[in-house]
Amino acid sequence: MNFANLFKIALRALNTNKFRGFLTMLGIIIGVASVITMLAIGQGSKQSIREQISEMGSNMLMIHPGSMRMGGVRQDASTMQSLKIEDYNAIVQKSEYVAAVSPSVTSSGQVIYSSNNTPTTLYGVNQDYLEIRKYKVTDGDVFSDQDIRTFAKVCLIGKTVADNLFPDGESPLGKYIRFNKTPLKIIGVLEPKGYNSMGMDQDDLLIAPYTTVQKRVLAINYLQGIYASAVNEELSPKAVEEIEEILRFNHKIKEDGEDNFEVRSQEELTSMMTSTTDLMTLLLSCIAGISLLVGGIGIMNIMYVSVTERTREIGLRMSIGAKGKDILIQFLIEAVLLSFVGGIIGILLGVSVTFVVKFVAGWPVLIQPWSVLLSFAVCTLTGIFFGWYPARKAASLDPIEAIRYE
Amino acid sequence: MEKEIIKLVDIKRSFLVGNEVVKALRGVSFSVKAGEFVTIMGTSGSGKSTLLNILGCLDTPTSGEYYLDGIRTDSMSKDKRADIRNSKIGFIFQNYNLLPKTTAIENVELPLIYNPGIPARERRKKAIEALKLVGLGNRLDHKSNQMSGGQQQRVAIARALVNDPVILLADEATGNLDTRTSLEILALFQDLYKDGRTILFVTHNPEMSDFSSRTIALRDGKVISDTYNDKIKDAREELALLPGTDDGQER
Ligand SMILES: Nc1ncnc2c1ncn2[C@@H]1O[C@H](COP(=O)(O)OP(=O)(O)OP(=O)(O)O)[C@@H](O)[C@H]1O
Ligand SMILES: [Mg+2]
Repeated sequence: MNFANLFKIALRALNTNKFRGFLTMLGIIIGVASVITMLAIGQGSKQSIREQISEMGSNMLMIHPGSMRMGGVRQDASTMQSLKIEDYNAIVQKSEYVAAVSPSVTSSGQVIYSSNNTPTTLYGVNQDYLEIRKYKVTDGDVFSDQDIRTFAKVCLIGKTVADNLFPDGESPLGKYIRFNKTPLKIIGVLEPKGYNSMGMDQDDLLIAPYTTVQKRVLAINYLQGIYASAVNEELSPKAVEEIEEILRFNHKIKEDGEDNFEVRSQEELTSMMTSTTDLMTLLLSCIAGISLLVGGIGIMNIMYVSVTERTREIGLRMSIGAKGKDILIQFLIEAVLLSFVGGIIGILLGVSVTFVVKFVAGWPVLIQPWSVLLSFAVCTLTGIFFGWYPARKAASLDPIEAIRYE
Repeated sequence: MEKEIIKLVDIKRSFLVGNEVVKALRGVSFSVKAGEFVTIMGTSGSGKSTLLNILGCLDTPTSGEYYLDGIRTDSMSKDKRADIRNSKIGFIFQNYNLLPKTTAIENVELPLIYNPGIPARERRKKAIEALKLVGLGNRLDHKSNQMSGGQQQRVAIARALVNDPVILLADEATGNLDTRTSLEILALFQDLYKDGRTILFVTHNPEMSDFSSRTIALRDGKVISDTYNDKIKDAREELALLPGTDDGQER
């Protein structure tokens, strides 16, 4: 008995019951289509987060005070103030893999110009910060080292803040604004960067020398953070290690002591940001997978019905020489065909829905070949798995009883 | 001396129903030579179908020996018996058992499908030959549900013939048909008999035995008589005696 003949028999059996076959396939179709769509949406948003984070500077490193391991435990004030300007200087002097470093202190507050005011964030940094975060000054100039030494009351202004304070389109350059009562002279306007992947307006900021923010706005002498960038993306793990070493030395932390700071690379940030998406993708795919399972059970159900309906036919086939194995394969092919064709239709439907999501809802999507292959393989296996028991039942029928079955 | 197609030696078959043993066959022995047309007769429950199932290698005896075409089959494995059914036996059932919504040709081809040695084109050729032999050369592509009972039984006979079996086994093959159609089918069997086919025809209708060359009567699972018939009635002549008869197979 050859396979091609059994294939033809199975195909014909399906053909005589097209509508029923279609309804059975529907479960698989919906299952596969939703797996593909869910994965495409999940992968798409993950990719767009990655892209946008790397726009921010893919080799960016962030150093924060406090211990990573302390998790939910409240950390005392000294831990939160562990970063000092000496740490910044040490990194500048000793590191090999770091291309740019900037201290960082920030303050949120209200900024006022004549009768206009708007809430914003003031970043106290040095000139390197612009390079690290890929900001550019379009009008005016960046502050100088001299400005940093003298706590100069100067700042750079982001587009959003400028628009809010100067609604008439006046040039902000040279104007004096007040940030929480501290007067600052605008010496430069930043090139707009738009929103980032987390929906944050990257143009809603002021940038001033960190010394200015420390002394004149916050009245502190520690740093809230240090931003750095590795020489290139590949070297960023090395740079992380190097910075950790320098800081542990500076903070006199013993071999087995706990760090009172943490260094994060962009990569870690990315995986942190995408972990939520990953979880969502996993959950949605699980639900989609369950519908695939339900589809498989539908196949099993209809195959049992089919075996019962065709008991006489099975008996006849056996009486003219079909072996149990022939019957088994015939019904198995039928089940697999149902899931296979359902799988193909499901893939086409899933891809179409994905494109609808992309163009109508405007969501980022990404169909990865492995997700298509995976759902296809899963649904074919579903067919074999759920087709097996009905096919076994058919194959083990007693021909004498089967042929007399009414 | 013709070849012995069937040889049964003290065949017994009992069934366990609940705690009770039902002895359907209590020691049946006989032989059938090539070219015989044997009627197996008996009242309901006498064991005819049980015997036919064993002869057709669908069932195995509880004890005894069964040789088909010289091969001992009573102790064969399931798959071997399937091969024997496929190559040596042609079954004809009371209710035809054609595949629904399937053409005559495809129904007749069916046994050949389970024989991997036969290519598709030859299958079709053989099926057409068999259908012509049973007088359905003009109904090749008719579907089973578009045919009368007599025509369906002809298709079933063609299907039984297509693999050129050593024996045709018919269980109440005319049981569902009216007198005229029954006679037509009998005439067909007689034609096959004249061609030298070996036929075993199970019936509970005593009149049928007049048309065959030998009658074996069963009662309570035993052979009670085994007679040869030298005055075989011609089914065609009987057909001609029926009122309003024309030649044939059509109505
Ligand atoms: N599978 C079975 N299980 C139990 N008993 C069986 C089975 N098959 C047949 N029998 C019994 O064996 C005996 C013979 O049955 P069988 O079907 O061979 O009779 P038959 O001569 O074909 O009758 P009929 O003319 O009504 O078809 C009966 O008493 C029946 O009840
Ligand atoms: Mg019977």
